[in-house]
Amino acid sequence: MNIMIFLLVLMLLAGLWAVMTSLLLRAAIALALTSVVLSILMFQMGAPLAAVFELSVCAGLISVVFISVISLTHRLPLKEYLARRQNRILRFWFLPVLLAIAGLMFFLFKQPVEVHTPARLLLAEVRIVLWQLRRLDLFTQIIVLLAGVFGVLILFGGNKENGN
Amino acid sequence: MGIELSQIFWLFLTFFILMLIEGFYCITMTYNLLRVLIGLEILIKAVTLFIIFAGYISGNMALAQTVVITVIVIEVVVVVIAAGVILGFFREYDSLNVRNARNMKG
Amino acid sequence: MAYLIILIPFALLALLNLLPARSRTPIAFYSTLVLLAGQVLLSPFELVRSAQFEAMLGFNLLLNNFSLILIITSGIILLASLLTAWAMIKEDSKRFNFINLLLILLIAMNGLAMAKDIFTLYVFIEAISVATFILISLNMDKYAFEGILKYLILSVVASALMLSAIGLLIMSSGSLLLTDIRGFIFPSGGTVFSQAAMTLFICGLLIKGGVVPFHGWVADAYSSASPPVSILLAGIITKAAGIFTLMKVMTATLCFTTPVMDILLLVGAISIVFGALAALGQTDIKRMLSYSSISQMGYIIAGLGTGTPLGILGAIFHFINHAVFKSQLFANAAALEQQLGTRDMDKMGGLAQVMPVTGTTSILASLSTAGVPPLAGFWSKLLIIIALWLSGNYVYSIVAVLASVITLAYFLSLQRRVFFGKVPAELSGVREASALLLMPAVFLSALTVGIGLLFPFILKMVMRQ
Repeated sequence: MNIMIFLLVLMLLAGLWAVMTSLLLRAAIALALTSVVLSILMFQMGAPLAAVFELSVCAGLISVVFISVISLTHRLPLKEYLARRQNRILRFWFLPVLLAIAGLMFFLFKQPVEVHTPARLLLAEVRIVLWQLRRLDLFTQIIVLLAGVFGVLILFGGNKENGN
Repeated sequence: MGIELSQIFWLFLTFFILMLIEGFYCITMTYNLLRVLIGLEILIKAVTLFIIFAGYISGNMALAQTVVITVIVIEVVVVVIAAGVILGFFREYDSLNVRNARNMKG
Repeated sequence: MAYLIILIPFALLALLNLLPARSRTPIAFYSTLVLLAGQVLLSPFELVRSAQFEAMLGFNLLLNNFSLILIITSGIILLASLLTAWAMIKEDSKRFNFINLLLILLIAMNGLAMAKDIFTLYVFIEAISVATFILISLNMDKYAFEGILKYLILSVVASALMLSAIGLLIMSSGSLLLTDIRGFIFPSGGTVFSQAAMTLFICGLLIKGGVVPFHGWVADAYSSASPPVSILLAGIITKAAGIFTLMKVMTATLCFTTPVMDILLLVGAISIVFGALAALGQTDIKRMLSYSSISQMGYIIAGLGTGTPLGILGAIFHFINHAVFKSQLFANAAALEQQLGTRDMDKMGGLAQVMPVTGTTSILASLSTAGVPPLAGFWSKLLIIIALWLSGNYVYSIVAVLASVITLAYFLSLQRRVFFGKVPAELSGVREASALLLMPAVFLSALTVGIGLLFPFILKMVMRQ
């Protein structure tokens, strides 16, 4: 239980760092860090398959995508960039304050809510659910992936013509 | 159920809403398109956490894991396409400033 | 047999991509044409049912009359869009990409029509959204990317809302089948969780549907897309992903609780008024049409919000009618854009003599949108207005009638500006658009008139079921 609170706070702080940091590259790394903490949290709650998936895909693939886009769109010379980041922390001071206030409000106003969980037979394994009950979702994932492939071909295919 | 489950529920709900606030804040208060994308990602991660928690608290982990795996696949496709759109935007406007995207009036 | 509707396009998609690059575009075009025509004409009849094959695949699909509405309507609109694309996009590789994306869209929408499970609905909606993003970006100019950005951000926010609803549903009812959710809500109103979950899900769907107050992306996305994609977007995508799913979810789970209905009525009424007023002041023809779309969707949602069978029937019919006449108006706008090269209505005028077919079809569609008898739009609007009146929402009913008058006003202004008057000097060499481009417009017009004339019979047929 304490571990979970610790991990939740860590995830929140990683997200906070991602929002408030002034360098884009650090924001991408902070996002990957959030994914890692989320993955550990999921593993702790008993969802190992989803944790591995999240770790490999989100903390890996998405970070690669982000870093490549950042490097392709980096334009400002360094001095301007550093000058612009000075007042970033000052502009964004509002967020931690907002978070602290919201958190306190929640802890003060919580009422006992009955969490009604039905007595259903706990379907045994993820594998059975995924491959047999939810086969249509797998098909749909294939469709979405195909659409993504087409998107990549169309959107990134113009790169070669522009010599980017 | 017991008091303990209720406490855990409120704990997770608090953190879920806080992450949502972080995500929305990131989307609205930035001038850079890439940060908007980071904010969207934070939103999706918050919801993923919530779904896993729903599975944990109701014992239905198999269903929750299936949902999360599908959501992660969709999320990565959306992020890749968003990155493509941002690159296209950059090519046309030569900057990632959101203020450039206020061209269409009416 | 239900799975065939999504497997045949999938097989076609796979086959098309394996063909050699030289000659595949015409083959793609004709085969997709045949496929869509087959979908429209053959789906009401149940063909071979093979139990063994079904058990092997194990898809969880359901094909009922409600699904047929979307399947046939989307078949028609995609057909119109395909013809327009063939006429307007000249580059070979772009055409092929368009056809591929159209097939993906077809698979996703058929799956949406037949899903039995709220999470499957969500995944198909996401598939539609992803395909739409790519379709809008096909012409790769500045405005396209800007339109996609706004749509993307709001779409992900809507997805987050829908997913939190699904999380709440996992927590409270343990299963995501629509029939199970109905069992949970119908008898007693359900627990706080299930009500909150349905409200969140419906809010997410309303964002995707593009009604007020989440309408910010609609005008930009519709007008910045290339013309065949606009036809798709306005005619079917927003409607399918947002409104049709809303109707499906609500009729399957019987979620007609008071807060939901109040939200729907309010949002519907505000959309009707806002869309109509905003359309009055537009000079770009596509933006005017997109604000008009927002207004029409308000009608559908208001009809749904009454909760009575009459209102739901009116909403379904208006959904079909709107798909037909709005697509046809966008097809006209496509013809105008192709021949004139501009979308600014102030620069147009007197085109009725030069482009007679476009003018006539445009008048028919405009009158249908405004609700003039005996065209199709009149009947469905009448049903909705009567349902609003009968269920005690007198104010909303009067608002709907007044907005109908405003609709007539701005469409007449559109007609006057574009088609009547004198031809301005720069446009003197303009001729009628090519035959291929006109075919969808004529066909959809005929459908509007036909549905309008035959409506009493259709109504009797449906009432008997």
